[in-house]
Amino acid sequence: MKSAVLVFPGINRERDMARALRLASGREPSMVWHAETSLPGGTDLVVVPGGFSYGDYLRCGAIAARAPIMDAVRDFAANGGLVLGVCNGFQILCEAGLLPGVLMRNAQLKFVCQDVHMRVERSDTPFTRGYNAGQVIRVPIAHGEGNYEADEDTLKRLEGEGRVLYRYCSAEGVIDEPSNVNGAAHSIAGIVNERGNVLGMMPHPENHVEDIMGCTDGRGLFAGLVAHLERAA
Amino acid sequence: MKARVTVTLKSGILDPQGKAIEGALKSLGVDGVASVRQGKVFDIEISGSDKAKAEATLKAAADKLLANTVIENYRVEVLS
Repeated sequence: MKSAVLVFPGINRERDMARALRLASGREPSMVWHAETSLPGGTDLVVVPGGFSYGDYLRCGAIAARAPIMDAVRDFAANGGLVLGVCNGFQILCEAGLLPGVLMRNAQLKFVCQDVHMRVERSDTPFTRGYNAGQVIRVPIAHGEGNYEADEDTLKRLEGEGRVLYRYCSAEGVIDEPSNVNGAAHSIAGIVNERGNVLGMMPHPENHVEDIMGCTDGRGLFAGLVAHLERAA
Repeated sequence: MKARVTVTLKSGILDPQGKAIEGALKSLGVDGVASVRQGKVFDIEISGSDKAKAEATLKAAADKLLANTVIENYRVEVLS
């Protein structure tokens, strides 16, 4: 798996992401600066990492979404290339129009930094094939604007087309209000685009991939991507 | 020319910041506040003196960057 990690000013999770990708694929990811206008040849996966691009000025992800590299990412996605956005990366993909909806201020107005549980809603996608459908995984979150909102029609379509891949839940896998940490519509933690090749998620799977982190539940996402690309090759 | 773009949340969109400000005003004893919605104001200096062109520029700025039209409305004004 040849991956490219985008780097914007103010992004701070790109090294964690690169490390997780290296562990999963055995290959060094390319770090791609936002002012570039093309992706490295042969890229299989583009990752928009977390952080605070442009200090969250204007709206989270708004300025990064208009960076020169994003036109290349749009073309890449339009050709079926896999794109993963985590945290600020999810916000950037929404602002760039690659995913529907918007990440609003957390309903309780607080920055939340803790482990959460997510239920994997289906396992037949490149982003979830490392898990079983219904499996509950534990991953960290760290955000102030992760409250996913979209209009009723969009939510209906997301649900009807099975595009909600990850949902906040209790440790037992129950979707309820207390486990919906940021007030997201339908407890949404991660969604894919219509074609299923662009995933945005608020939690950080890249921070639960090694034993020293105390949990390795995030590994499945990366292992699944590697397996998907190997099978496609 | 001086110009202003005002960006506001569409009605029906939850505004937790506005709610918090509303609560703070009430706790300060400011009477008669029924509700608060928070928005943004951009004061922009436009070069040239063509008002119609300035409005088109402001509209482009709002559509491309200043507002997220999924959740926000905007209004452009050329002030002088």
